Amino acid sequence: MSESATERLSRLLAMVPWLLAHQGVPLAEAATAFGVDQRQLVKDLELLFVCGLPGHMPDDLIEADWEGGFVYVGNADAIARPLRLGVDEALALIVGLRALADVPGLGDREALDRALAKLESAAGAAAAPAESVRVDLDAGTDPAVVQACEDALRRRRRLHLRYLVPRRDETTERDVDPMRVLTVEGHWYLEAWCHRVEDVRTFRLDRVVDVRVLDVDGTAPPTARSRDLNAGLFEPSPHDHLVTLHLSPAARWVVDYYPVEAVVEQPDGLRVGIRTADLAWLRQLVLRLGGDATVLDPPELADDVRRTAERALAAYEPSEPPSSQPSERPSEPPSDQPSKRTSEPPSERTDQRPDPAEPSPVGGGTAEG
Amino acid sequence: MSTAKTERLLNLVICLLSTRRPLTKAQIRQAVPQYAENASTEAFERMFERDKDELRDLGIPLLTSFENPLFEDEVGYRVDRDAYALPEVSFEPDELAVLGLASRVWQQASLAGPASRALAKLTALGAPPDDGSLIGLEPRIRTAEPAFDALWAAVRDRVPVRFTYRTAATGAVATRTVEPWAVTSWHGRWYLTGYDRDRRAPRVFRLSRVESAVRTVGRPGEYEVPADHDPRLFVGSTVQERPRTTARLRVREGTAHMVRRRATDVRDLGDGWHELSVDLDDPEVLAEELVSHGANVVVVEPSDLRDAVVRRLRGVLAPAGTGEGAR
Repeated sequence: MSESATERLSRLLAMVPWLLAHQGVPLAEAATAFGVDQRQLVKDLELLFVCGLPGHMPDDLIEADWEGGFVYVGNADAIARPLRLGVDEALALIVGLRALADVPGLGDREALDRALAKLESAAGAAAAPAESVRVDLDAGTDPAVVQACEDALRRRRRLHLRYLVPRRDETTERDVDPMRVLTVEGHWYLEAWCHRVEDVRTFRLDRVVDVRVLDVDGTAPPTARSRDLNAGLFEPSPHDHLVTLHLSPAARWVVDYYPVEAVVEQPDGLRVGIRTADLAWLRQLVLRLGGDATVLDPPELADDVRRTAERALAAYEPSEPPSSQPSERPSEPPSDQPSKRTSEPPSERTDQRPDPAEPSPVGGGTAEG
Repeated sequence: MSTAKTERLLNLVICLLSTRRPLTKAQIRQAVPQYAENASTEAFERMFERDKDELRDLGIPLLTSFENPLFEDEVGYRVDRDAYALPEVSFEPDELAVLGLASRVWQQASLAGPASRALAKLTALGAPPDDGSLIGLEPRIRTAEPAFDALWAAVRDRVPVRFTYRTAATGAVATRTVEPWAVTSWHGRWYLTGYDRDRRAPRVFRLSRVESAVRTVGRPGEYEVPADHDPRLFVGSTVQERPRTTARLRVREGTAHMVRRRATDVRDLGDGWHELSVDLDDPEVLAEELVSHGANVVVVEPSDLRDAVVRRLRGVLAPAGTGEGAR
């Protein structure tokens, strides 16, 4: 997407005062500060270089030098002070700060309050529209868990986690070296080097049953690489199963929640494909949709869903009161057998899938549009 | 093309900032090379009019003066330097650290550009940030929904908008005309709150269900946002919230750990099953979760929760296309 001339002008007007105050800054650092790549930064500097005071004699032009990878700027007095914050700029920082105020355990609340007060006063009238944008960074996670992770990250300590894997319905124990504490799609996650699987894993913090900061160095090995989570947590792979579902209109929200492909509109709903590394969570999803979704393919999954529903329903049939008699204890499908619990699946990527049991998006609220 | 225009605008800003006296159009045309190159006066004037508007849109205080003693009939232009510049403000290193973190909240969102510009402006002066205590902390929000930019702009400018919207429950698509009040990110999803002109009532819209482009259908400032509008409260109460009761469930030993986590009471029934008490907000929502555990969870009470579970199980077993869905 090409940016407009005025967007670029905004950046240039912000860049000059910053560069004047950071003489000799490495190109890469300057590029990061403005969220552009180095090539774009050099183009910006080339443009500054030919602009200047009326007359446009060499003495009138802005000086810009980036030879050797370090940036120097001069002769730009007219635009040496930054332009006031625009509405979008003030909003981005004010809303961001307010969202951080809700972050459990964020070390320094006092600094945050001071920064917010100064920012609002500097922004003046531009601060007002920030009232109309609100961001909640997940209220559902135990603050003590987030705090323990942040603490371990700060002090480079190892963590012991008791962690629930809903898809396999089991609690796991593991020692991990924290790398990042982050939010994605409204949930808190810990990215860490997991000593149990000797690889990088992402843990959703509302599934941490218990966490202890160990008195052991928790520096992740140098081979540990953070995953790019920008595109969200789903990472469909060509090796995944392809499941085809029919969704009735009431189940259309699935398309918003999960990465689907080959969506076909049909008179009575949608036909979609979903790629998944294992079928257990999809069984959970289809059960949860209670008839608003039908498995078209593969047939094994359709059978599995049907058998599970039949066994579950048996507990409610009038002839057999809901009881816990061992005689009607149904056998679970093989994937849930406890004997399987010791074996790790080849990939644990799916630990990060949104919980199929998370609250339904916008349910029967009366005022919902 | 765009580079030439940016160059022209930047030269214009520098020119108008560096002058103490207002400049006439003719003087400006002389001073900015990209204007001087323009063949006709008419073309220059059209270009200059557009450029003026764009600078004002950026918040550059372009003053128009009719009191130029040298050119009585002519309008003069300059930029008010004091009104242009960000007020002197100095942040402590720990304050800069949280400001940096706040700007990175938007890293994957459509306000990423404004956020980094704002931070650069504030850090042009002052010490380097001390973010040692914040390393590795990455609170992020996303604005993946294409409607975000247009709806945020409409909220900002208080302009009514029209778009087609897919309703959650039925999947029906209809055109909606709305006076936008606020945009809110709640549980990781973006919502618009506002007054629905057709429904004549306040409504909540989820941005991912906006199916068309968003068109403005009025003038800025055409309506007022109710002073007591609390978007977070409105979205939260619309999307969920019912009186709480307690549900009793039988849960097979060693299963349904996510349900167990929420249990307020657990009784061992001694036969391989536990009886759990859990808080119940919405039977339909809890039923969805319980059904996913298959035969490992049985609802004892209340009956509406039991019915919701049974209805879903029957729905799963109903032949496809019989319409015996859960709802």
